[in-house]
Amino acid sequence: MHLTGPLLLSAALAGAGVYGVLARRNAVLVLIGVELILNAANLLLITFDAAYADALHAGQVLTLFVVTVAAAEVGVALAVVLLMFRRRGDVDLRGARDLAETRDVVPATEPVS
Amino acid sequence: MTARDLLFALIGVLAAASGLLAVTSRQVVHAALWLVTALGAVAGCYLVLGAEVVALVQVLVYVGAVVVLVLFALMLTRAPIGRAPDVDAPWPQRVAAAVAGAATAGLLAVVLLEAVRGRLIDVDPDRSRAQPLARSLFGSWVLPFELLSLLLLAALVAALVLSRDGVRPRRGEEG
Repeated sequence: MHLTGPLLLSAALAGAGVYGVLARRNAVLVLIGVELILNAANLLLITFDAAYADALHAGQVLTLFVVTVAAAEVGVALAVVLLMFRRRGDVDLRGARDLAETRDVVPATEPVS
Repeated sequence: MTARDLLFALIGVLAAASGLLAVTSRQVVHAALWLVTALGAVAGCYLVLGAEVVALVQVLVYVGAVVVLVLFALMLTRAPIGRAPDVDAPWPQRVAAAVAGAATAGLLAVVLLEAVRGRLIDVDPDRSRAQPLARSLFGSWVLPFELLSLLLLAALVAALVLSRDGVRPRRGEEG
């Protein structure tokens, strides 16, 4: 079978995921983009596992690991999103600027005359 | 063009289309449901590529657990039902995001296609058997596997600690 199909699908999923992460305002929908990027990586792992067929089954085993890490990530991310919702009343990422730099701080590199 | 190629093309188009809809849909619940379709179609791709165990784990963990968690998060944050105006960023950011996404996809596609240069592979039916996979998973890969169980425990404790936030001051007031 051709390798072109899986590789193109993986690139498309990664691109869609990047768009989702950057263009969404709802924090839960950003998570959906992250899941798509992880799936693109998994598809690549499975594709090259089928292509090279190594004795350690590295592609399939690493895919299982990535799926586990994704499950852990979603669990923690859900807790963070719910905490944000309890503190602020919404999950709008544009309003969440608690950690942003403030504009009125004097730059530290100002020359001392 | 074999039957496997044709099957992969069908499932791949489904996966790519539903992935795009999952990140562009204005209705938040629909976006989560399109994610189900995309993840299920990717599981189908794994089946075509001869990784049956991974496809089943994908259905169990992703479609079964991760999407349910996402739907829970949408419900608990009172996601609006129907078209919501404030789901997407304003249009300049959306255009920039589309450019970044297209650039990522294009770069990946060019690099990967150049790397394999139209190579053909034979999908070995023996690769899909569970026993050799389990042998290497619990043999060569057993140390990373155990580390992952530690990671899961840490994530569980972290989620617990995060969701207990705000309980502590109230208890301090009582005592």
